[in-house]
Amino acid sequence: MRFRKLATIALTGAVIAPLLAACGSSGDSKNEIKIAYQRSTDNNSRIMDNFLAGVKKQFEKANPGKTVKLIPIQATENDYYTKLDLMMKSPRTAPDLAYEDTFLINSDIKAGFLRPIDAQVKSWDQWSQFQDTAKQSVTGQDGKVYGVPDGTDTRGIWYNKQVFAKAGLPANWEPKSWNDLLSAARQIKKKVPGAIPMNLYTGKAGGEASSMQGFEMLLYGTSDQLYNPQQKKWVVGSKGFQDSMNFLKTVYSTGLGPKPSQALDANISTNINTDWFPNAKIGFSIDGSWTANNWISTGPKPWKDWTKDIGWTAMPTQNGQAPGKTSMSGGWSWAITKNAKNPTLAWKFITAMQTEPNAVKYDNASQNIAVRKDVAADAKYQNSSPTVKFFTDLVAATHYRPAYAEYPKVSTVIQEQMEAVTTGSSSPAKASADYDKAVADIVGNNTTKDSGPAK
Amino acid sequence: MTASTTAERTPAAPEAPGAARVPTRSRTILRGLPLVPAVVLLLVFLAGPIIYCIYYAFTDMQLTGATTTNFVGLANFRKAFGDDQFYNAILQTLIFTVLSAIVGQNILGLVIALLFRLATKVLRSIVGALVIAAWVVPEIVAGYLMYAFFRDEGSLNEILKFLHLPQQNWLYTLPILAVSLANVWRGTAFSMLVYSAALAEVPAELTEAAAMDGAGVWQRFWHVTLPTIRRSVATNLMLITLQTLSVFGLIFAMTKGGPSNKSTTLPIYTYQTALQNYEIGYGTAMALVLLVIGALFSLVYLRALRPEAD
Repeated sequence: MRFRKLATIALTGAVIAPLLAACGSSGDSKNEIKIAYQRSTDNNSRIMDNFLAGVKKQFEKANPGKTVKLIPIQATENDYYTKLDLMMKSPRTAPDLAYEDTFLINSDIKAGFLRPIDAQVKSWDQWSQFQDTAKQSVTGQDGKVYGVPDGTDTRGIWYNKQVFAKAGLPANWEPKSWNDLLSAARQIKKKVPGAIPMNLYTGKAGGEASSMQGFEMLLYGTSDQLYNPQQKKWVVGSKGFQDSMNFLKTVYSTGLGPKPSQALDANISTNINTDWFPNAKIGFSIDGSWTANNWISTGPKPWKDWTKDIGWTAMPTQNGQAPGKTSMSGGWSWAITKNAKNPTLAWKFITAMQTEPNAVKYDNASQNIAVRKDVAADAKYQNSSPTVKFFTDLVAATHYRPAYAEYPKVSTVIQEQMEAVTTGSSSPAKASADYDKAVADIVGNNTTKDSGPAK
Repeated sequence: MTASTTAERTPAAPEAPGAARVPTRSRTILRGLPLVPAVVLLLVFLAGPIIYCIYYAFTDMQLTGATTTNFVGLANFRKAFGDDQFYNAILQTLIFTVLSAIVGQNILGLVIALLFRLATKVLRSIVGALVIAAWVVPEIVAGYLMYAFFRDEGSLNEILKFLHLPQQNWLYTLPILAVSLANVWRGTAFSMLVYSAALAEVPAELTEAAAMDGAGVWQRFWHVTLPTIRRSVATNLMLITLQTLSVFGLIFAMTKGGPSNKSTTLPIYTYQTALQNYEIGYGTAMALVLLVIGALFSLVYLRALRPEAD
C-alpha cells in the first residue's frame, strides 16, 4: 500500500512538474538581446532578414560573449502590429528591440510599451545626421524621443508611357491639378479602349493603401487635413474632405478607374503592378516609392524595360496651389521596449545598425527613402535606382499621418466611406457627414472645423 | 479499481475486511490524485481563458494606446446593440449559417449519403474521394481556391463563357452567397459521413416491411428512415452549426468581409474590432454574443434530441 501511495504521488508530481516548468520564463541571460521585426509574407523577399543577419554577425564579433536573437514575425502589417503589441504587453515575451511603424509609435508610447532614449541620442554623434521631419516622427506627444528611424517612403504617380503615347499624352507628364489628372484619364478612356485609365486605391480591401495612397494623397493637396496640430483636434466638416470624396466619385462613377468589383478585390495591388502595368492595361496609378520593386530582376514580376516604359511624376495639389505637389510618408523605426531586459545592449545594437554604410546598405536593399542627410548625399544611394532621387526630393513636400492612438480607427472609417462612395451606395456629402459622426465617436468629440494654416 | 477488489487481491492486508469498504478520507484524496493533472490542465487552458474572456468583455481593454484597463460594466454591450454594423454582422452570420450549414451542407450531405446506397462501388469511391478532398484541404487554401473560382476572371466565369451563359460577379454583388456556396463545397463531406454511418444502421427489415405495406420511396424515407436517424440529424446539425458560426478563414480569404460589409459575419467583425481597431474589450463582448447565439441554436437541437418524441 505504501508503495502504491508513493507511486501515485510521484507520478502525479512527474506529470505536473514539467507543465508548471513550461509556464515559467525561459531563463534569459544578461548577454542576449531579442529583436522583433516583420518578415515579409512574400517568401522571395528577405531584405530585412538578410540585413539584420549581417549586422548581427558584425555585432557579435565586436562584442564577444553577447548574442543577438532575431525574432521574425511573418505577417501582414496589421497582424504584425497585433502580434508585436501582444508580445510587448508581457515582460515575459517582450523583445528588447522592436521594429515600430512610426504611425503607431504614439499609441505604443501611450500604452507604456516603449522607453524614451533622449539621453542616448544626445550623446550619439550620428543623431545630427537625421532629418528633422524624421526625428519628429519618432517623438512622442510628451516631447521625448522614442525611436531611431531607419527609412521612409513617399508617394507619387506612376504612368505607363505606351498607354500615354496611344492616347496622345506626353512622355514627360507633369500634371498641375486634379483636373489635369481627370482630363488625362478621360483621354485614355476615349482613345485606348481596353485600358483602365487610372487607379486610386479605395475601400477596406486595400487597407491602409486606400487611406494613404488613395484618400490622403488627395486631402493633403487641398487646404484641409485630418488633424489640426495647433489645436490638437481632429478636423471634421472640411471642404477638402468632401472635394476628395467628389474626386473619388468622379473616378469610379464615370468609368475612369477599375470596375468597382476590381477596385475592391483584395488583390488589387498585385493585379495592377504585376499584370496591368507590365501589359499596358492601365494608364496611371497613385502609389508608393517602392512600386518599382515589383519589376526589378529580383522582384515578383521582373520587367526588363520598365525604366523605358514607365514614367513617374509628383501628385499635384487640388488646383495647383503652392507648393504645387504633395506626398504622404510613412516610415519605420527601432525602439527599445519598456520591458527590455537589456536596454543598454539594445541601444548598442541600434548604433551598430545605424552607421552610415549600414544605413546605405539597408535603404538600397529595401528601396527605402533615406532619412539621414549623409545617406541621401551618398552616390551609392543616389545611383541605386533610377527613381530614388525623384522620390527622395519629394520629402520636401511630404506629410506624415497624424500618429495618434485614434488614427488606425479613423483610417478604417475613411476606408469604409470610400467604399460606400465607390460602390455608389453613398454620396460624397453623406460619406463626409458619416465620417464626421464616426470620428466624433472615436475621439470623444475632440474635433474642430478648422484645419489650421496650410502646411 | 474498486475497494473490494483491492481487498480481495491483498488478503494479507492488516485492515479489517469491513474497513476496506468504507474508504477513509485520506484514501479518497489519494484516489483523486491521478485526476489532478487533467483537472489542472482543464482549469488552466480551458476554464482560464473562458473566464478571462468573460472578464475582458466588461472592460475597456485596448491592445495599444492606453496604459490602464478599467471595468466598464455593460458599456460594451450597450455600444454593440446601438451599432448598425453589429446588427448587420448578426444578420450576415445567420444568413451564412442557415444557408450554408443548415440548408446546404445538411441537405446535400443527406442526399449524397442516400444516393450512395444506390450507387455502384466505383462511383461511390470516386464521388466520396472528391467530396472528402474538399474537406481535407486546409481552410485558407479552400478560401483561395474558391476566390479563384468565383472572381471576375475566375474559372466559374470561364466555364459560363464557354457554355454561352451569362457571367456572374457574386464576390461583388452577392458576397454572402459566394462564401456560403464555398462553405457548402468545403463542409458537405462531414454531413455526408455522418449520414452514411447513420443510414447503414437503419434495419433493412423496417424499410422492407414498409415497402410490403405499400409505402412509396418518399413515404419510406419520411416515415421510416428519417425518424430512425433523427438523433444523427440533430447531432449533425448541432456540430455543423457551431462550426459554421465561427468560420473565419474562408470568408477572410475570399472577401475580407466586403464589399460594404456585405459578408461581414460576427467572427470577421470581431477580428476587425479587436485586432485591427485594437478594442480588445469591445471585440470580446461581441465574441460573447456569438457564444450566446451558438448556445441558442444548441438548445433547439437538444430539445429535438429528447427521448419523448420516440
